[in-house]
Amino acid sequence: MNKSSSRRRAQIGEFWRRFRKNKVAMLGLVILIVIVGMAVFADLIVPYSKCVEQLGADKLQGPSLRHWFGTDELGRDLFARIVHGSRNSLMVGVTTSLLALLVGATLGASAAYFGGMVDNIIMRLIDIFTCIPPILLSLAVVAALGKTLRNLIIAMTISCIPGTVRLIRSVVITVAEQDYVEAARSYGTSNARIIFRYVLPNAMGPIIVNTTMMISDMILSAAGLSFIGMGIQPPRPEWGALLSNAQSYLFTAPYMLFFPGIFIILTSMAFNLVGDGLTDALDPKLKD
Amino acid sequence: MGETLLEIRNLKKYFRTGAGMLHAVDDLSFKIPKGKTIGVVGESGCGKSTLGRTILRLHEATSGEIWFQGQDILKADKRRMKEIRPKMQMIFQDPYSSLNGRMTVRQLIAEPLIVNKICRSRREIDEKVDEIMETVGLSQRLSMSYPHELDGGRRQRIGVARALVLDPEFVVCDEPVSALDVSIQAQILNLLMDLQEQRDLTYLFITHDLSVVKHISDEIMVMYLGQCVEMGPSQAVFDSPAHPYTEALLAAIPIPSIESKHKRRTLLQGEVSTPINPGKGCRFAPRCPRATEVCRVQEMKLREVGDHHYSAALCQNREYS
Repeated sequence: MNKSSSRRRAQIGEFWRRFRKNKVAMLGLVILIVIVGMAVFADLIVPYSKCVEQLGADKLQGPSLRHWFGTDELGRDLFARIVHGSRNSLMVGVTTSLLALLVGATLGASAAYFGGMVDNIIMRLIDIFTCIPPILLSLAVVAALGKTLRNLIIAMTISCIPGTVRLIRSVVITVAEQDYVEAARSYGTSNARIIFRYVLPNAMGPIIVNTTMMISDMILSAAGLSFIGMGIQPPRPEWGALLSNAQSYLFTAPYMLFFPGIFIILTSMAFNLVGDGLTDALDPKLKD
Repeated sequence: MGETLLEIRNLKKYFRTGAGMLHAVDDLSFKIPKGKTIGVVGESGCGKSTLGRTILRLHEATSGEIWFQGQDILKADKRRMKEIRPKMQMIFQDPYSSLNGRMTVRQLIAEPLIVNKICRSRREIDEKVDEIMETVGLSQRLSMSYPHELDGGRRQRIGVARALVLDPEFVVCDEPVSALDVSIQAQILNLLMDLQEQRDLTYLFITHDLSVVKHISDEIMVMYLGQCVEMGPSQAVFDSPAHPYTEALLAAIPIPSIESKHKRRTLLQGEVSTPINPGKGCRFAPRCPRATEVCRVQEMKLREVGDHHYSAALCQNREYS
């Protein structure tokens, strides 16, 4: 028993050592920690009241010592709005992506692995969902269930499941026909063990990349939804909404576009870098 | 002949394809004596690998019976199959794709033990793995390596260790050396033969390499398009082939001598006909230099032509050519 737990610890140590070696991935991890820290400790950084407080005199002010990132057309402090907006944006981005991954992996892997009828049923259902534009689908779900954050997450998850299922199915199909899967079956491995120990670890690369990309996609499409009044309701701040709001002031107050944009880019970049680092560190073939 | 370990009766495996039924294994019956090696030869696509996989139930047979230890394993339920599986193992052709690249050598070999819950403790598993690694000639220092760090020969030793760690009685070797260098082929073949002697193993040895099969087999079965065209003791088949197809196969073995340059060879013309919905008559007839009208219409049956030596050919005329 002792030997196996120490072996596991050694494996984790090995993984961390290899991840740490990857400078770019470490940069991504640092950015990610800063952004997540910002979301967790938002109230300590700047009180929530500051981001709803409308200062008529300070409308559309550029960045200054008083308002680090400037103010919007109602005189609200942009820095406070971005800090507090990170909570909603990260929440929506990360939970929808993870949920979509979970459902997508289960459906996609079973469709690919079992084939035949299972595959047919799952894929035809997915086809039906693919026919409906994602925005419309989210809209319909939010309209039916009501405008809460939870329903928004459900709606967006549903809209990005089809793509995930397709991707995972295609990756799993190529892995599942490998000889080692047949070998596993020849010594009596159960289907569940084959999927989790053989197929998914070997299909992980594209799946991780896809999930990290999806996080930034989700932040942006949450913006789309709040733009048409279905997403997170104003005055609650959210990055995508800040961005779409800034469109009208593109020439007079470009900083309104710049700051939320930078945070969205940084977040998605950080997730992508960490994702790439994970893929590399978990792949024994890329051992230094 | 000694005790029979495995008896195959009228085994058929058809695959449904768009164009019709593909007869991969068509009505094969034979016995595999315990502790012996039966070599299965034939060209690509003749159903050799499908035969091996169908016996292990990696493919479900279309019909037929496979008797092992007094039971038809094709009728065994899931629970019974769990007991039978460890006794019948397989060594795969390609040591590069048959090992999961995410597992270390130790994990790969331990996997069958864990899956079949053979060992009670982690220690017992470790001991068994160490033991089998030594048996197949893998050094201990490799146990934490990943397969991609090893050469083909070592990888195939992992494949052998993984098949033997469960202490099987019957092993299907699906071209276990055809992906390896010639020098390493010999190492692996000798290893397999040594292990057979030590553990009283029975092999079904699938290959298209006749020199390999001559080296290792006690009995030979020649397959053509899913059917057995000739079967018999290794020596008899090599010395006096009774089927024109076997003759042609043997004639195709290169002979490393100057005199043989001028010898006439029976070379086959044409391509293998399709295994989808084959018609009546001998399947080899379109390419056979000795085919007659009768061959094309009459159902071919194996007939005894010598001691335990069977052939499906109508002509037994060896003086031809």
